[in-house]
Amino acid sequence: MLDVNLSADRPITLAILAMGGQGGGVLADWIVAMAEREGWVAQATSVPGVAQRTGATIYYVELIRRRGNAAPVLSLMPVPGDVDVVIAAELMEAGRAIQRGLVTPDRTMMIASTHRSLTIPEKAHPADGIIDGRPVLEAMHFAARQVIARDMQALAAASGSMISASLFGALAASGALPFSREAFEATIREGGVGGAASLAAFTAGFATPATSSEAVKTETGTILGGTPTQRARLESLLRRVDDEFPVEARPMLRLGVARLIDYQDLDYAGEYLDHVAALVALQPSLASEAARQIALAMAYDDLIRVADLKTRQGRFARVAREAEAQERQLLDTTEFLHPRLAEICATLPARLGKRIEASPAMARLLTALFEKPRRVRSSRLTGFLQLYAVAGLRRWRRQLLRHEREADFLRNWLDLVASEAPRDPALALELLRCRRLVKGYSDTRQRGEGKFARVTGALPQLAGRKDAADWLRRLRDAALADEAGKALDGALATVATLEDGP
Amino acid sequence: MAERSFAREVQDLRLGDGEEFRGEGILAVTKALLQSGVGYVGGYQGAPISHLMDVLADAQDILAGLGVHFETSASEAAAASMLAASVMYPIRGAVTWKSTAGTNVASDALSNLASGGVTGGALIVIGEDYGEGSSIMQERTHAFAMKSQIWLLDPRPNLPSIVQAVEEGFALSEASNTPVMLELRIRACHVHGSFIAKANRKPAMALAEALENPVRDTGRIVLPPASFMHEKEKIEKRLPAARRFIVERGLNETFPGDLDEIGIVLQGGLYNGVVRALQGLGLADVWGNTRVPLHVLNVTYPLVPEALVAFCAGRKGVLVVEEGQPEFIEQALATELRRADVPTPLYGKALLPMAGEYTAGVLSPAIRTFVETVAPALGRALRTAPSPAAVLADDRIKNLARTVPARPPSFCTGCPERPIFSAMTLVQKELGQHHIGADIGCHLFAINPPFEIGATTMGYGLGPSSTAALQVKAAKRPIAVMGDGGFWHNGLLNGIGNAVFNKHDGVVVVVDNYYSAATGGQDLLSSRADNKTRSTRHPIEAAIRGVGGKWVRTLQRTYDVATMRDTLREALTTTAQGTKFIVASSECMLNRQRRERPAFAAAVKRGERRVRPRFGVDEDVCTGDHACIRLSGCPSLSVKRSADPLREDPVATIDQSCVGCGNCGEVAEAAVLCPSFYRADLVHNPSRFEVWWAGTQARIIRWLQMRRERRHMVLTT
Repeated sequence: MLDVNLSADRPITLAILAMGGQGGGVLADWIVAMAEREGWVAQATSVPGVAQRTGATIYYVELIRRRGNAAPVLSLMPVPGDVDVVIAAELMEAGRAIQRGLVTPDRTMMIASTHRSLTIPEKAHPADGIIDGRPVLEAMHFAARQVIARDMQALAAASGSMISASLFGALAASGALPFSREAFEATIREGGVGGAASLAAFTAGFATPATSSEAVKTETGTILGGTPTQRARLESLLRRVDDEFPVEARPMLRLGVARLIDYQDLDYAGEYLDHVAALVALQPSLASEAARQIALAMAYDDLIRVADLKTRQGRFARVAREAEAQERQLLDTTEFLHPRLAEICATLPARLGKRIEASPAMARLLTALFEKPRRVRSSRLTGFLQLYAVAGLRRWRRQLLRHEREADFLRNWLDLVASEAPRDPALALELLRCRRLVKGYSDTRQRGEGKFARVTGALPQLAGRKDAADWLRRLRDAALADEAGKALDGALATVATLEDGP
Repeated sequence: MAERSFAREVQDLRLGDGEEFRGEGILAVTKALLQSGVGYVGGYQGAPISHLMDVLADAQDILAGLGVHFETSASEAAAASMLAASVMYPIRGAVTWKSTAGTNVASDALSNLASGGVTGGALIVIGEDYGEGSSIMQERTHAFAMKSQIWLLDPRPNLPSIVQAVEEGFALSEASNTPVMLELRIRACHVHGSFIAKANRKPAMALAEALENPVRDTGRIVLPPASFMHEKEKIEKRLPAARRFIVERGLNETFPGDLDEIGIVLQGGLYNGVVRALQGLGLADVWGNTRVPLHVLNVTYPLVPEALVAFCAGRKGVLVVEEGQPEFIEQALATELRRADVPTPLYGKALLPMAGEYTAGVLSPAIRTFVETVAPALGRALRTAPSPAAVLADDRIKNLARTVPARPPSFCTGCPERPIFSAMTLVQKELGQHHIGADIGCHLFAINPPFEIGATTMGYGLGPSSTAALQVKAAKRPIAVMGDGGFWHNGLLNGIGNAVFNKHDGVVVVVDNYYSAATGGQDLLSSRADNKTRSTRHPIEAAIRGVGGKWVRTLQRTYDVATMRDTLREALTTTAQGTKFIVASSECMLNRQRRERPAFAAAVKRGERRVRPRFGVDEDVCTGDHACIRLSGCPSLSVKRSADPLREDPVATIDQSCVGCGNCGEVAEAAVLCPSFYRADLVHNPSRFEVWWAGTQARIIRWLQMRRERRHMVLTT
């Protein structure tokens, strides 16, 4: 009977989790090339398939020191619990690796980029669908032997390279492979194309992160521009904030005041403080939320605001920065606008606007004349002047139809809040927050108002219940869950079945 | 021109005797074909064998030098039919495709080929698209091999074994006058390894020689009485011949071990996984030494009963490791043991899962149970294999299920197919939800968020016929989607012709992105590129009209969402009789960028004027409703936390990967979304006058801006 004595050699095993287009293949190729140039046997494999098209995909590499001509039998797929290095090119992919059992405390060096590449459902949510990544970070530190977690995407981008390069740098720094930094860098050089940028990103990934320095914040609360009288009036408004309102609400109120003088003028900011004060008188606990929501409600998004924002110097600078415009390069900016009759009438004096809306003939005419997609070249004088003129209407904003309607909406909403504030502060707070439903332009805005009406419409059934606030919050979340409002239908149906409750 | 260029890999095809080939499994197969003196190669691209086709397409001069004829077949059926050249002539031929999808399409030709048998070696390289990374229905090619009697090779997944399988495959085919399938799993196709090459060989007989000296034999043609003779011949001559060859050449391998009361019979393709599992239990090492005797079936059909019975006889138990279902090998082995009256207990699907991929995580516990059951003493001595069980049991990990989102594939940045489905979404908002038959191709990603469009998919080019039963009078018309790939593969006849002939009233949208994009951007009849070796530029609209299509609209810019929407609306509402065809054409952005990026950079370098468009979002104008994303889903269009402390919802943002396709703006316009989007055209190397004129305007604009901003007071926050 033959007797077999087994060798104790084991390969170094690496799993790379990436998304299609992230260069996970490049990283795997680098590792293989490096191992081979160092005289090791390397085997890499992958299961890209359709996942190459932006999906989650995994690359697997095994390395073993050569033993004469003996051919090692290497695995074509990671063995859960038996992976030395896991490299994740995105935070949630790191989570996926952990879920697959590839990361274990006795063995695994986890190298993860902490940046998020959001999935479509996260992005498409009508409100805030972004998943909290902290559980993944916790799991990482629990499951791995050692963790290197940094925003490798940012490091790579800063060097004008791909994340694969900064991850390769982190791999070198981790010491998980028995190869020198020189070997890593030589491999990149021999790889050719984009060598310089890749090396820069590699170095960034290799370096141990400097302790994050706080971003230098610009002095807040300073007043720029304006005539002495204007400045004096603004200072008095700010004094009012400090004298009349609870301390926790003051930062938000200052933001509100700043927003509304930027949006309209000092009088408007004064009205804003009056509105908030009225609610605070009834229920001090509402101060902060009222400060936020009322500011947003008063700074409604209209054509004038859009034109104003799009014609500012600061905005021109930001566009140039984002387009990475260099010396000797020109930048041409085109705006995609689609004003509809409703918006046009809303931007006319209230009476005139209503009259036009009332007359089908006029409506048809104006629709034919104005309601069409407009591409305005804001970087060219002609286009800029159009927007500049619209922005100039700001002076008369208060006389326009849109303002009249916004003012009505504001009044009704605040009355509703005020009516509940004394007996059910929690419910009043939720009512304030319902303003979040009303946002966007044209259809989106209308849909939002519709949802607002339906949610607040449930008030008669809820008012007086101990859990009224709770129910209103649920209705609001449901309204924000999907565009069509299916979730809201369900929630309202449930509310309808509530019998006089606790 | 394929998505990936194989200019470097092509050089590996020239390697001579004793030189080392390093690379991907499927490329090793390509080299092995040339070493084997193959006379002609054909196939249909598709993961995981696309690279075989792509590298040969880039290696036409080498093939010409060897006198090898290479075709990009219109479909797997066309590829399989090519093997007819090996029926009468001693010429080796090889074809390749993704299986079982492609084998289904090829079955007609394969059955005929297998019935008459072959003279020259006929090899079918199968990419077994099973398990993780697969994009098709989960089935086994094994069933096709058995029903048509085609031999099936499943070599150990390392390059030397794979290359040997190609060479022996041809020989086996010739020795038994039977076509041979070489099955490679996904990871084996993509595995990076090395082997020692041999010099390429010219075909034993030139194709031209065959053409000039035709040979025929009625006995080889599938028609009674010959067809009945063929079946007899399969059993009486070809099968025994094959088994003799397999034994003589030792195609199946037995690895001895000291624990001879047990043994494992396995498919060659699973060898590495089994050895790794044994390693974890302390029964094997990384150099392939094993204590458990292994019988490795590099040929999984036909089996050689004598060899199997001999391996099993006298053991306390044998484990059969066979991936997928039904368990043909285990059933056959059980029968043979019974016939030979060998009582050895057989374990297989009893311990291993009937369905699903045999990952190391699956194999290890099964092998442990096998050993513990058959040889308890030995079982107690087993090492505990590495396991994540403890980690996975922890709540912190369990709860990740609630955090980590799925990430299905989707349309690439700037994909021209996205606006088609944006428009479809807009139309359905107007006219209500419709029944939409989907097809195979990138456009199938529309079934995922944000579009969630597409009811069924019945196969490549079968989108339109999948709506055939619903072509009845109703308030709504059925819609069918089909790509250009599917159109030329099968769709022109089974989709378009079928719809015209049966007077379908529905709408057919043909997504034309200039390539067979999902499989890697190979050229098609309707591709716009000039291809030296293929005839391209045949318009899809002409083909539709050619088979009788009357209502045909071709859109040359799918990014024009408004026109796309209006055309769809018209097609769904017109009183016109017959099928409404919409050909939506725009080039696949992946391929377009691969072509244009370098050209753009070069031109800019030469100092020529070039404009690069990119899109952006004014975050202070965006109100965070994300309707734009629900109509797009572009990877470069995402959301970020607003810098404005007053706003609660994240705002839209466009990252550096934007290619300026324009879909965002078009959608914002067509759906009247919001004014946040802008296009920033960056002009490289502008003319002197341009610079001056732009500067002048900029100065005036800045003066106006300062004039207004001076008047307005700012409170910094």
